[in-house]
Amino acid sequence: MADDVKALSSQLAQDPDSLVFLRLGELLRRKRQLDAAHRVALTGLERHPHLADAHDLYARILADKRDYERAFDEWDMARRIAPDHVGALKGLAFLYFKVGDVQQAAVHLEAAQRVAPDDPGIAQALSLARGGSGGAAGDEAGSRAAAAEQALAPASPGAALEPIDDTQVFVGLEGAQEGLLLLDASGRVLGGALKNPEGRDVTDAVAAYLAGVSQEAARTAKLLGLGAWSALAAEGKQGHVHLTALAGDVLLLVVRDRSVPMGRLAVIAQRAAGAARRWLEQQR
Amino acid sequence: MSAAPAGYSQALDLVTRVRGVRGAMLVSADDGIVVAEQLMEGIKGAAVAALAGSVASRLGRALEAAGLGAGVFWHLQAAQGALLVVGAPSGILVVAVAEPDVNVGLVRLELLRAAEVVG
Repeated sequence: MADDVKALSSQLAQDPDSLVFLRLGELLRRKRQLDAAHRVALTGLERHPHLADAHDLYARILADKRDYERAFDEWDMARRIAPDHVGALKGLAFLYFKVGDVQQAAVHLEAAQRVAPDDPGIAQALSLARGGSGGAAGDEAGSRAAAAEQALAPASPGAALEPIDDTQVFVGLEGAQEGLLLLDASGRVLGGALKNPEGRDVTDAVAAYLAGVSQEAARTAKLLGLGAWSALAAEGKQGHVHLTALAGDVLLLVVRDRSVPMGRLAVIAQRAAGAARRWLEQQR
Repeated sequence: MSAAPAGYSQALDLVTRVRGVRGAMLVSADDGIVVAEQLMEGIKGAAVAALAGSVASRLGRALEAAGLGAGVFWHLQAAQGALLVVGAPSGILVVAVAEPDVNVGLVRLELLRAAEVVG
């Protein structure tokens, strides 16, 4: 786990705008290094003030530090940004249990369950809340609320965080699993993934077409005496793509919907190219 | 320069008047054949048309596969220049060959206007 902290810290140092701070902050929280987790979360929040996950992380750390008032504010903020944020809804329910407001806790749990119907923690807490709000004797209601609180409490220190997958090229970058793709000149996928607007995986199909595009782009640039090609940006009716030629015939593709302007797409591509180059160096 | 309807010439003028544009051409997207051109000496129009058509076609398939709809504009960036392309509704590609520091936004606008003229 120490190595994980080191690896994530190193990734964050190389790319301070990366979302890897979310994993690092959570890892430090679970190791009970709450001051370090607090610093990581705050720095992340400064860079990503509109990211609900960042507020959720900060709230969990504050809750661990028993600063429930500020934790409430952070979860409330996360929910304002993303009304269906399950972490925020569960966090708020947890705090309502803490103050004995079982009815409000149940309201938030019901909202959370609509978003995550298969979450056993929510189902268990909701069942306890419903059982506990029906006029049961004081002791019984209290113990049910305590059990529900436990079911909802942010993960305990000993709980394992999902292992870091070193094969993930774009770990921590926005769109790592649906809008960033690394492939070789033959169209073989090296990392990342693409999903279409309906959420269907289109990685292989797009990779196959793009391999041909890069070969034609290289021929065209050569024929026109333009030197080596560096990037190919394309605007579609529903979204944009940016293809970057990295060293060794490796291609980086960034895909975003039309709300992301082409210029910003180039900036995102530049950042992802840095992560891809580091990953490629590690593989060699 | 090939003989072409006046509308084609007007469309190419819109593009070539932008500072940093070395030349412009209209290409049939289906077969990569030159429809009209205004290119600087030394640029092999027929070959560029064929390759531009091929890139546009493959890129179009990639965009469709990604669920991004039909291609509107594409921009190939290279060390010593750029190729910028817009597709007209008739299936003609309006192509510009430009310097590396050209105003891409302006060329894109003129290419879109030219595509409207071409129809």
